[in-house]
Amino acid sequence: MIEFQLDPASGVATYLQLAQQVRDALRLGLLEPGDRLPTAQQVVAKLAINPNTVLKAYRDLEREGLVRGRPGMGTFVIRTLPGTDPAAQRRFLAAMTDLLRSARSAGLGPDDIESIYRTAVRNCFTEGVA
Amino acid sequence: MNTVIEASGLGKRYGRRWALAGCTLAVPAGRVTGLVGPNGAGKSTLLQLAAGLLEPDSGGIRVLGEPPARTPAQLGRVGFLAQDAPVYAGLSVAGHLRMGAWLNHGWDTEFAKRRISDLGLNLRQRAGSLSGGQRAQLALTLATAKRPELLLLDEPVASLDPLARREFLRDLMETVAEQQVSVVLSSHLIADIERVCDYLIVLTASRLRLAGETEALLATHHRLSGPRRDPRTLPASWEVIEESHAGKQSTLLVRTSEPVLDPAWTVRPVSLEDLVLAYMSQPGDAARADLAGLEIAS
Repeated sequence: MIEFQLDPASGVATYLQLAQQVRDALRLGLLEPGDRLPTAQQVVAKLAINPNTVLKAYRDLEREGLVRGRPGMGTFVIRTLPGTDPAAQRRFLAAMTDLLRSARSAGLGPDDIESIYRTAVRNCFTEGVA
Repeated sequence: MNTVIEASGLGKRYGRRWALAGCTLAVPAGRVTGLVGPNGAGKSTLLQLAAGLLEPDSGGIRVLGEPPARTPAQLGRVGFLAQDAPVYAGLSVAGHLRMGAWLNHGWDTEFAKRRISDLGLNLRQRAGSLSGGQRAQLALTLATAKRPELLLLDEPVASLDPLARREFLRDLMETVAEQQVSVVLSSHLIADIERVCDYLIVLTASRLRLAGETEALLATHHRLSGPRRDPRTLPASWEVIEESHAGKQSTLLVRTSEPVLDPAWTVRPVSLEDLVLAYMSQPGDAARADLAGLEIAS
C-alpha cells in the first residue's frame, strides 16, 4: 500500500501532493489496478491532516478515471499511467542543450535564461487553460 | 450551504473597548475552520460568544441554527474547549469521565474509555499530575465523547510541545473523520492551520478581515513583482492587500479571481502564512475608522 509523505515547505496544496504521489506510484508501477488506497482515516492517523483533504485528492483521481471508490470497501486503482518515454526525455534534453548553447553565445547568463524559461513554461502550460 | 455558525453584525464590548465588532460571517458545516489573528483580535471572544458563555452587545449569533446555549439539547450539540485545557487538578481521570457521563446526555462511554486507553492514561491518576499534552488530550476526550456536532477549541495546542501538538491534532482529525464533527479552532501556528484546516477566518483589531475556503483563498491571491507601477493604474478587479514600491520595482499581494496575463508581472503563488501575515499587518477597518474619528475630533 502507498505511504503518503508531505512536504510542507513545497508550497503545493496538500491534496495535490497526495494525488501526485498516487500518479507517481502508478507511473513507476508501485501501484497497479486492483490495489487499494489507504482510507482517509489511515492517512489522517499518519499525517495529522484534515480528512477532507484526503477525500478531495481521491475525488480528483476518480475524476481522472484512475481510481474508483466502492462504498464500504475503500478506494481502488482501476487504471495505470504510462511512464514518460525515456527516449523522448533524451531527445528533449539534447534539443534544450543546443538551445542553451546558442543563448549563451548570444550573451545571455543563467539568470536571464531562468526568467525566460519560467515565462515560456508559464505561456506553454497556461495555453488553453484560461 | 449548511452552516454551523452564523453571525450578523456581532459585537461584544468590555467597558468602552469593543473586543469584537460588526462581525458578519457564515461558517460552513463539515469543515475544520482555523481562526487566526494577533492577540486581542477577538478570537476568544468570538468562540465564547458561539459557546454561549458571553452575550453579544450588538448583532446576533446562531449556532447550528439556534441561539447558543439556549437549551440543554443545544448545549449537548456543541463542545467547547477553553484555552489551556481546563481540567480539575484534584479529580482523577476516571472522575472526569464519570463527570462527563453525568453532565452529558449523549455521552459515549465506549468512545471515552477507548480514547483514554489508547492514550495510555491511568484512570486513577489525578489530572493535576498529568503532563500538558495529557491534560489537553483528556480535555479533548471530554469535549468529543459528548458527541457534539460542533467543536470549538480555543488555542488547543498553544502550550504543547511539538510532539504532543502533532498527536493532539492527529487525534482531533481522526475524530473528525470518524464522527463528521465540524471544528472551529483558534491558533497562532499557521503550519498547523495549514495542515488541518480547510476554512480560514482572519480577525484583526476586533474586526473580521477575511473568511473563506483556504484553497480558494490561496488560488485567488498572488504575489506579483514587476517594473514599478503607479498603484492607480492597476486593474480595477484587483484588490491590493499589500504593496511595496522600491527603486524600479513594485511588489504586490493581490486578490483577484482572474488570471494575471500581463507579462510584465512575475506571478508567484502565496503560502497560507504569507496570506495571513499580509492580512494581519494590514491596518484594519477599525483602525482606519479610529483615525478618521480622530481627524474629525481635532
